[in-house]
Formats: sequence, structure tokens, C-alpha cells
Amino acid sequence: MAKYLMLKHYRGAPVPEGFVPMDRWTPEEVGAHIQYMRDFAAKLEQTGEFVDAQGLAPEGTWVQYGGEGKPPVTDGPFAETKDLIAGWMIVDVDSHQRALELAAELSAAPGAGGVPIREWLELRPIMSEPPTVTE
Amino acid sequence: MSSAPLPPVPPLPSVRPVPPVDEALLRALTPEVLAVLVRRGADFAAAEDAVQEALLEAVRRWPDEPPRDPKGWLVTVAWRRFLDAARADTARRRREDAVEEEPGPGPVPDRDDSLRLYFLCAHPSLTPSSAVALTLRAVGGLTTRQIAAAYLVPEATMAQRISRAKRTVSGVRLDRPGDVATVLRVLYLVFNEGYSGDVDLAAEAIRLTRQLAARTDHPEVSGLLALMLLHHARRAGRTAPDGSLVPLAEQDRTRWDTAAIAEGVAVLQAALARDRLGEFQAQAAIAALHADAPTAAETDWVQIVEWYDELAALTDNPVVRLNRAVAVGEADGPRAGLAALAALDESLPRRTAARAYLHERADDLPTAAALYARAAHEAGTAAERDHLIRQAARLNTLLREGS
Repeated sequence: MAKYLMLKHYRGAPVPEGFVPMDRWTPEEVGAHIQYMRDFAAKLEQTGEFVDAQGLAPEGTWVQYGGEGKPPVTDGPFAETKDLIAGWMIVDVDSHQRALELAAELSAAPGAGGVPIREWLELRPIMSEPPTVTE
Repeated sequence: MSSAPLPPVPPLPSVRPVPPVDEALLRALTPEVLAVLVRRGADFAAAEDAVQEALLEAVRRWPDEPPRDPKGWLVTVAWRRFLDAARADTARRRREDAVEEEPGPGPVPDRDDSLRLYFLCAHPSLTPSSAVALTLRAVGGLTTRQIAAAYLVPEATMAQRISRAKRTVSGVRLDRPGDVATVLRVLYLVFNEGYSGDVDLAAEAIRLTRQLAARTDHPEVSGLLALMLLHHARRAGRTAPDGSLVPLAEQDRTRWDTAAIAEGVAVLQAALARDRLGEFQAQAAIAALHADAPTAAETDWVQIVEWYDELAALTDNPVVRLNRAVAVGEADGPRAGLAALAALDESLPRRTAARAYLHERADDLPTAAALYARAAHEAGTAAERDHLIRQAARLNTLLREGS
């Protein structure tokens, strides 16, 4: 039993072969893509593996402590070259293998022409509690 | 009585006015009541739902109307709930007919009936997480919400996990016990998960293992119970007030629970006397040797290495060989420990941390500091990472001050 974070990137991930930006898909293709994501989350809820899924707005701000009595220092927006997270899904699964399978399935969401976009997803284990038995 | 699907059951240990419901009693009766329903012909999944509803009703009604016979009360209410649900569900028409033919109260089940529930909930067809969830609900009497909170997943996810698990085992006949080892693995998983939320999973695992030990006769069940008691006894010493991990050698041994240690040792000795050694007994023996040492320096490492040898002969778990290497380092010196470690796979979790520790013991502080930093990077839990990064910081500070 372990939780994994599947990260989707707007930018910063390797670009899959034959990549077509989403704004050049047909509206139906976009709709099919979003439906696939929804169905995937619903399926994971049914299997008892779903924990959380969120999308992030692309705009972000860097924030820093400004010093005693001073307002926060802000910076940004992000430089165009910066890695940019689009959203995530957290799953709770029995094995690393299962996490890989699920990430691969999510990456198979349809894109232009209805073919899997094969987007690169970043899979990160979530740190767990330390085990009770230690030696 | 409503036949509509009921809302999720609220947690049992809710704060309520006097007189309180004896939650321990309710939870202890859960598997027995469930076993009665199954014996009377109810299918497992429906019976389990009915028992949860009866538990809820007990929490509601017992404060005002304490029953003379709590178990009889629960059986009556659960059975009624089951019949209501079966009648209401037209899809279950055929099963209902079978139930209608059933005589009223069946014979009082022997303790084997609830024992079989342990086997069913740990059935090999279930994934480990499903077996854990089903065991906590059907045998432990916890609510779905409590289990979800303990494992930090949404309640809807846990509800699905449990209902899928029930469907998976619904075809399994409860007519004979399975392999006790599968049950022990599930209970060990529950124990080792630590705890979060309002349920202490380690304490719950001990309760269920104790209950299992009372219903069965197997030295490994005793071995696991002893192992749990001995580790649980040290819990207060394992974490500092700020929540950080305290390594065994630095723990304040006056904070260990001596009653739990005494019980663990007694349970273990009785098991070992039967001369059927198993993995859990060997692990418990190692825990007992640690618990037995008045100070870390007085630990009998030679005997611990011997027990690790026994354990390694019983299991091919590489973690055992890693722990053995650390014990060798204590018994025969850090160089011997590092030599034992060198034979192990590089990718083994905590191997780097063990190397760091042994290098520090061998007074090679620069290497130890670098290895601690690397081990922190590899750590799988936040508490371990924090502990290791502190060790690296401590050594680097020493080195800076020394130069």
C-alpha cells in the first residue's frame, strides 16, 4: 500500500513523438480527452485506489518573505523555459508496478485523431509514515 | 425499519453523554455476530452490511436501553436488518426464498465460525490493501470512515475498496479454515502501518491478533502477538516531543512499557517452547533481546546475530540480511559489519543509512557524513529523511569545528 503522485506538466516534460498542441485538436477531440480523464478517475474510485486529482492554473507567482513588518516580495510570472505543473492525480496502490500501469493508462488519453497522446507523466512516490517494526 | 440504503455509518467512539456504550464489547462481538448471520445462510456481503447497521443502532439505543444480552440483541437486530434488505432487493429474490426457508435462530456458533471470518477477510484472492480494509471492518468492527481516515484516503474510495473486497470473496465458502500465515501477514501489515486519524492501528492489530490467538493454536500467532507487544512497548520512546524519530540506542528506556514487555516475553517463551520456530517468533526473539537490555551498551548483540541467522534461514527477505549486517557491526566491530553489508544489493532500502552508521562507528566521519546525506536523499519516509539529514548536519558541524 503506497501512495503515488502522477504529475502532468504544461512544460518541462519530454515532448512525446508526434505531439500536437491541444489548441489544434477538434473540439470533439478535446471533449473526448477530458472525458477519458474523468472516466479514469471514476474507475479508480471504483477500484478503491483514488485519492485526489487537481488541475492547476498555469499562472503562478513566486513569493518570498520580505522581512520584519514588510509585505511579501513577489516575482514572476514564470520564465517561458520553466518547468510548469498542470495538475496531478494521487493514487493509493498495492505496488509500484500498479502505479506504473495506471500512469501509462492515463498517458494513453486520446488526442488529435483519437490516438493516445502518450504524454510523459512524472510518477513520484509519496513519503509514508515510518513502519512500526524497525529492526 | 427503513429498507433504503443507509448513509455511511458514523464512527463508533463518538463523544456521547453517560452512560457510554461499551465500544470494546461491541467491537469484540462484531465477528461473532457476523458469524451467526453467515451460519444462518446470509451471504457474507449482505450480512456484513447488516452487522454494521446493528452496531450503529446499538450506539444509538444502548445508552437508554442497555440490553441484558448484548450479543443476542445484536444478532436479532442484524438479522432483522438483513431480512429487510433481502426482501427489499428484488434482484435478490432467489436468495430471499432460501432465507425464508431457514429456521429462526440457529445453533450457537462455536468459536471456529468467527475464526473462519479471519481467513475469509485475508483470502489470497484479495490484494493486501483490500484484505486489510475488509479485516478491519468485518472482524475489527471499525467503520469505513475510520478506516479511510487511518489510511488517508477519501471515504468513497475506502467504501469501494471494501465492497469490491466483499464481492471478491462472496463466492468463497466459509466451510474450512485457510492458511493462518495469510491472516498473520494481514495483521502484520495493519500493525506496521503505524497510526493516523482517530484509530490506533497498532493497538487494533494487537487486539485482533490477541483475539486470533485465543481462537487458534499456532505458535506463529503467538510469535506475531509477542512481536507486536514488544514493539508497541517501546512506542513512547520512539519519538521525541517534536515528533522526530529516536533511534533505539538513544531511547529513554524508562519510557518503555514494562508490563507489555513482560507479556510479550511470556507469550514468546510459551511459543518457543513448542519448538516450531517461525519468522515471527524469531523476529520477536530479537525484539525481546533489545527490550531486555537495561542500556543500549548492554545489548546482547552476539545472540541477536544468532537470531538473525535463524531468521535468514526462514525467509529470503533481504531486509533481514541488512539488519543482520548492522548487528554484526555491533557484535564484531564496524569493519565486520561493513564487510557483511558489502555483500548486499546496492539498491536495498536503508543500505546507505546502515553504511553511514557503521562508518561513523569506525570513526570515518567524512565518509559517514556524505553517506548520511545520500541516505537522506534516498529515504522513503519524511521522518527518516529528517533523522538522516540531522545526522549529516551533526557530523559536518563536528568536522567544521575540528578543522
